[in-house]
Amino acid sequence: MDMEPILDVKQLTMDFGGLRALDSVDLDVSQGEIVALIGPNGAGKTTFFNCITGIYDPTGGDIMITAPKNGRTQRINGIKPNLVTEKGLARTFQNIRLFQNMTVLENVMIGCHCRMKAGILGAVLRGISTRREEEAVIQKSYSILKKIGLEKYVNEFAKNLPYGAQRRLEIARAMATEPFMLLLDEPAAGMNPQETRELDELIVKICETEGISILLIEHDMKLVMSLSDRIFVMDYGKKIAQGTPAEIRKNPAVIKAYLGEEIDA
Amino acid sequence: MEYFFELFLGGLTRGSIYALIALGYTMVYGIVQLINFAHGEIYMIGAFTALIVISVLTMMGWNQIAILLIAAGVAVIYSSAYGYTMEKIAYKPLRQAPRLSALISAIGMSLFLQNYVLLAQTSDFLPFPGLIPDFEFMEPYAHIIGSPELVIIITTTIVMISLTFLIKFTKIGKAMRATAQDRDMAMLVGVDVNRVISMTFIIGSATAAIGGVLIASHIGQINFYIGFIAGIKAFVAAVLGGIGSIPGAVLGSLILGWTESFFTGYISSDYEDVFAFIFLVVILIFRPAGILGRSTAEKV
Amino acid sequence: MLVNELKKSFLISLWFMFLTFPIMVIRVNTVENIIQWRWANLFFVGIGSFVLSALWRYLIRRKEQGIKKTEVDGVARVTLSQRLLRERRFTIPALIVIAIVALAFPFVFSLYQTNIMITALIYVLLGLGLNIVVGVAGLLDLGYAAFYLVGAYSYALLNYHFGFGFWTVLGLGAGMAALFGIILGFPVLRLRGDYLAIVTLGFGEIIRLIMENWNEFSFGPSGIANIPRPGFFGVEMNFEQVTVYVYFLMIALSLFTIFVVNRLQNSRIGRAWIALREDEVACQAMGIDKRKTKLMAFALGATWAGFAGVVFAAKTTFINPASFTLWESINILCVVVLGGMGSIVGVIVGAFILILLPEYLRFLSEYRILAFGTVLVLMMVFRPGGIVETVRRTYQYEEADH
Repeated sequence: MDMEPILDVKQLTMDFGGLRALDSVDLDVSQGEIVALIGPNGAGKTTFFNCITGIYDPTGGDIMITAPKNGRTQRINGIKPNLVTEKGLARTFQNIRLFQNMTVLENVMIGCHCRMKAGILGAVLRGISTRREEEAVIQKSYSILKKIGLEKYVNEFAKNLPYGAQRRLEIARAMATEPFMLLLDEPAAGMNPQETRELDELIVKICETEGISILLIEHDMKLVMSLSDRIFVMDYGKKIAQGTPAEIRKNPAVIKAYLGEEIDA
Repeated sequence: MEYFFELFLGGLTRGSIYALIALGYTMVYGIVQLINFAHGEIYMIGAFTALIVISVLTMMGWNQIAILLIAAGVAVIYSSAYGYTMEKIAYKPLRQAPRLSALISAIGMSLFLQNYVLLAQTSDFLPFPGLIPDFEFMEPYAHIIGSPELVIIITTTIVMISLTFLIKFTKIGKAMRATAQDRDMAMLVGVDVNRVISMTFIIGSATAAIGGVLIASHIGQINFYIGFIAGIKAFVAAVLGGIGSIPGAVLGSLILGWTESFFTGYISSDYEDVFAFIFLVVILIFRPAGILGRSTAEKV
Repeated sequence: MLVNELKKSFLISLWFMFLTFPIMVIRVNTVENIIQWRWANLFFVGIGSFVLSALWRYLIRRKEQGIKKTEVDGVARVTLSQRLLRERRFTIPALIVIAIVALAFPFVFSLYQTNIMITALIYVLLGLGLNIVVGVAGLLDLGYAAFYLVGAYSYALLNYHFGFGFWTVLGLGAGMAALFGIILGFPVLRLRGDYLAIVTLGFGEIIRLIMENWNEFSFGPSGIANIPRPGFFGVEMNFEQVTVYVYFLMIALSLFTIFVVNRLQNSRIGRAWIALREDEVACQAMGIDKRKTKLMAFALGATWAGFAGVVFAAKTTFINPASFTLWESINILCVVVLGGMGSIVGVIVGAFILILLPEYLRFLSEYRILAFGTVLVLMMVFRPGGIVETVRRTYQYEEADH
């Protein structure tokens, strides 16, 4: 790994009152990588995501990002979630948070929001540039839905979608923000084996054809082992191991943390 | 210093009254997450019922203390009955509806009850007899605190203590706490949620009725509109303390009572209400869930 | 079955007879110490509640069956109003009829009727403005009357002190209201739901109470009188002509409002508002600036209250703080909710019903507000989506068109 990482987290610490949810966690992701973050329930994985995406302001440490587009490195600790997204990090949620009463197309259009310009005046006058922009956004959203395989639901309300499709719509919506990196929080949770397999293919496709790097939290070890280039393991707020799937499988600390659970499914 | 004490006790009295009304708001909110806008009207109906009973009994020449106790008893019964019925008509059918619908329904109920009393009785202010006697042992302190104020403070304290006891140690109290935490889960473990909600309305209405009788006899007059202003003030107090929390409602009420009392006493009486609202806004900006409220950080 | 129902109704009527006994039967006058017993009322309550309770249970049962049916079918019923609104065959003639009625109204009906119409149109403006905040962005605002006040006082005070004319202040008043929208918006950005509602309520009351007490600035409770009516290039007009003029001005302003609000709703900003209402956290994670979006909703919502306030001051020529109480805010909220939240047609229908119904129900005179309260409860129980349950127009993708 001599490439400069696009996401470089150093010594990230997060305290809630007296509780240390994250304790000096290091993690890095390079361009084009699929990295998994695993660990038992309550290990602090989602907290880690929330710190990176600006929902929490971490107590200590540095979160550095380097946008591949211009190679500029920035520290993004404590900036607002919408700015994190604007800088090119988009996420999905563990507990699905779609805009339930909006259509699938509209959900994805919302993702395009920060890449659009129309203001109040533009909206009222609806000049040629605004109309073009709206038209372009609809086309772009549709093409994203097509890539994700949701085009048949395009005009449905998000709440009427089957569960697996809702998870995929979360990904589609995140992709609409034009990120260089996607953070997926348990994307396979609640999916059946068939859906999980499709998700596996989808994630690989996003990474390879779109050039979007992926950091994902997942409990499905089979998916994690087949997808990931590298794996980070957390337990009780600390990073206990990192390495390739093969290394992780053999790591005694990991086996201890997962005692009784199947790693190499 | 004496003036300070006078204001302090004045604020305590005010706060006690607010607390009696605020309890109903906060309990209902804790259980069904509804701003019961018509709660002030229950308080008003309590006061009116008491006045009617008092007038009838006075004509029959009964003893003053007996009248006061009977009137308060009847007011409590009637207010509870109104609270119970109101929940069945205006809120129960809306359990699954958006919260705004329930709020509008409550506003409708409030308008209805106000005008019901206005039409059935009168729009004029009616004098309300001061039934609380002046105690002899209070005479040396009369320049600081009167007997009615003392009765108000003591009654409120008793009500608070019994309520705390009820919620902490009785079966219905446990059921209430369970329902407040998670209604569906409570239902699953066999709590009769409908009964719990009814009980909450009944208890909240009963304390409001006590407040109604006390404040009416303290101020000396009532009309159909008193519920609205008292209701808003009590609601502010409940939110100030952290809506849904019973100690919060008491604390919020006392703070509001004292602020108003000291502000009018030392600064100006013109902006009393303005100050109360500014205080509320400032508190909520710095502590968005109120003073004792749990800030429910959303799980992401 | 029938016996059971009768028994239930009978018990309920007994309960209501008990419930209403002191207040309906006994009337006291503590000034003159007179007690009046009105036993006949007890009889009326008994009969009334017997019939109404049977009707109530029938309607509740029908509603529950309706819900079950939609659950089974999986599709929501399309109501008559929704179908009519979609049908172009119907909407175009309807619009033409409305336009003709609107144009002819002041010439056909009396001055009094025209004045009521102006009031209704003011509420259309207020309703559409509040609809942006409550209906679209989902921010419960109970202090909306404050912005209405700002608009009205802007005109009254600017005119009194500096002699500004109606047309100058129309824009200024709206701008002032928008500014106040932002001033209110900033501190409440972190608040949600009921806390937001109570703080906006407090804010509304603060502004009104300041106006009531700050005599040097606002002339206190006695208000400001002799506010000039709007002029038309210096043409002298008598009272009747001015009223007609204000009527058409309001028609124009309403059309303008409908146009702007409609465009806003179906734009990038409108989408962001809806997303904000649906899920704040996800909304931010999608790159939407929560602060900016909320402030825009508050400011743009307040703008229309500002317009309405200026026209109101010019129409009545007299304002005082009593016109802008919490009840006024609630009234406007009812316009939005009764008509159908988030729907422009709904809000317009709501405004007309809310203003015109009580006016034409004069025969009910003192029972008006009682009836109004009842209608609010019944509406929420039996038709919570509002009178016009319109489905929001969504963005649709049609492949063939592109």
